[in-house]
Amino acid sequence: MRAMVYRGPYKVRTEEKERPAIEHPNDAIVRVTLAAICGSDLHLYHGMMPDTRIGHTFGHEIIGVVDEVGSSVQNLQVGDRVMIPFNIFCGTCWYCARGLYSNCHNVNPNATAVGGIYGYSHTTGGYDGGQAEYVRVPFADVGPSRIPDWMADEDAVLLTDATATGYFGAQLGDIVQGDVVVVFGAGPVGLVAAKSAWLMGAGRVIVIDHLDHRLEKARSFAHAETYNFTEYGDIVLEMKKTTDWLGADVAIDCVGAEADGNFLQHVTSSKLKLQGGSPVALNWAIDSVRKGATISVMGAYGPLFSAVKFGDAMNKGLTIHTNQAPVKRQWPRLFEHVRNGYLKPSELVTHRIPLEHIAEGYHIFSAKLDGCIKPLVVPSAA
Amino acid sequence: MTYTPHKPPLAESPEQLRARIPGWGVDLDPKDRPSVPKLQFQEDFTGAHWEFPERQPERYPRERSPEHGMLTPVFGTAQPPSGVSGAIRRYAYRYSEGRTAHWLLLVLGDRVDAWEHHLKSLLTLHPDNPVTETGVKAEFTHHGLRSRVGQHRTDLKHQVLDPVIVGGPWIAAAGAAYAGARRVSRSLARAGSDGHRPVH
Ligand SMILES: NC(=O)c1ccc[n+]([C@@H]2O[C@H](COP(=O)([O-])OP(=O)(O)OC[C@H]3O[C@@H](n4cnc5c(N)ncnc54)[C@H](O)[C@@H]3O)[C@@H](O)[C@H]2O)c1
Ligand SMILES: [Zn+2]
Ligand SMILES: [Zn+2]
Repeated sequence: MRAMVYRGPYKVRTEEKERPAIEHPNDAIVRVTLAAICGSDLHLYHGMMPDTRIGHTFGHEIIGVVDEVGSSVQNLQVGDRVMIPFNIFCGTCWYCARGLYSNCHNVNPNATAVGGIYGYSHTTGGYDGGQAEYVRVPFADVGPSRIPDWMADEDAVLLTDATATGYFGAQLGDIVQGDVVVVFGAGPVGLVAAKSAWLMGAGRVIVIDHLDHRLEKARSFAHAETYNFTEYGDIVLEMKKTTDWLGADVAIDCVGAEADGNFLQHVTSSKLKLQGGSPVALNWAIDSVRKGATISVMGAYGPLFSAVKFGDAMNKGLTIHTNQAPVKRQWPRLFEHVRNGYLKPSELVTHRIPLEHIAEGYHIFSAKLDGCIKPLVVPSAA
Repeated sequence: MTYTPHKPPLAESPEQLRARIPGWGVDLDPKDRPSVPKLQFQEDFTGAHWEFPERQPERYPRERSPEHGMLTPVFGTAQPPSGVSGAIRRYAYRYSEGRTAHWLLLVLGDRVDAWEHHLKSLLTLHPDNPVTETGVKAEFTHHGLRSRVGQHRTDLKHQVLDPVIVGGPWIAAAGAAYAGARRVSRSLARAGSDGHRPVH
């Protein structure tokens, strides 16, 4: 089959690879019809995630058709059209039993601090991902769902991560009616988080980024106020000014490890790999909120330490909520929101990249060319 | 305002927000938020029909974090460790995730892995090509210039480092290969001319 493979930092290509096989009785093999590139893939692409092996196939946002099932699979049949949450999870470990699918303890031998994720290095379990023609889907009875008839493919693929994560991120903000919510990062995750904050009753939603085309999307898609942080000498101070010196009630970090805005922080993490991630946005969040506020962290950071301003967080009495999103838990309610038109994930899609052009796709998304917000990957046979 | 008990007023009332934003407030009640509270017992085990799943066969000694009490019943089998990078990685897994050594060794393994594969690829019909694999072609097909000039982007400051990071090691390797080849050919030439070397 054809598959995207990693060839080292900033280098990927499409090559011929063996089709995945059933390795466990509850595995399925899914023929991928649509995949996507996530902001998280950029951390791998830039070589920031330890134990990212040459030859690894990325891709954790996947929809497709069931092609083969293992002997114990009961809930899926060959031919079913399925959407696959980015988390690989067993359903019954201590964590899964309590709904923490992203923290499953039965799928990632390489690390206990993170669960299993498709195509996301060996640090999340060493599974090849879905930017390929076929993908192995472990625990087929637990993870995937049949795509509802009314749902468009582009909505479905975005519900496997970005949309679910943004919605989850807003929930972790513990928003109450009238809260001022500031979202850092206007990528797909941040845009959905901003829209979701309104669903939870926010009184004001502010989105911060430095890419004008994304801020424009924040105004149209998420009805948010926007700030381009490069236009202000000090974005933290600006947040204080605009909230009558109180600070925001809630901040959501939808930037993560590659945050810009501080050259030293960015270069020591993204380029030199000396810290787990550049916490510029997280530090801005900590300093922009009022005392006693809540910060929700959706941005992903590597397992090494990062230079976080923890003293300010402590002295301000902040509550910090974090996690990889347990995607499937969001679905029933999210499906209603999509069906009612409250959330329109497919509006985030800007590029459809043929699998054979994967290197250009990664470059466009990484260098933020051509107004890119969300690139989809279309396998050759789809 | 902040220096008094009152919350600063909002510009829009709930009615105005509801009129302006489709779906405003539909999840106002935390009961409608699927991840609140954080821990919720899933009676149906989300479709699983086991308490502990069957075990996937271990076909090679699968590396694992020492913080795990056992090999997990399911695991990925992509890219088993091999070569020098494989040895470094296996060694890294002796340290817990709490140890910096674990992660730094894995980072080292990644860099070694890349070079092992680059070198190996030179012996195949499909050698690594840093130009096609970085997708820089998109600079010309997808408005590389227009996407950057006249914008407020701050990432341009470090984007200039990218070619250095990607190309630098290749240029260094080419330089080293050239220097090495020169040294070899010189010493060969010297060896070849030994017989004629005038004796002073
Ligand atoms: N928790 C989860 O389950 C989960 C799931 C998906 C993605 N993520 C993470 O969420 C983050 C966002 O994902 P995405 O797909 O939207 O990525 P993305 O790269 O498209 O978006 C990130 C945005 O942040 C902006 N940015 C950079 N520095 C900033 C700063 N200092 N302040 C404000 N904005 C800044 C960038 O310009 C960009 O628009 C990533 O770190 C990703 O790894 C987490
Ligand atoms: Zn993702
Ligand atoms: Zn589990």
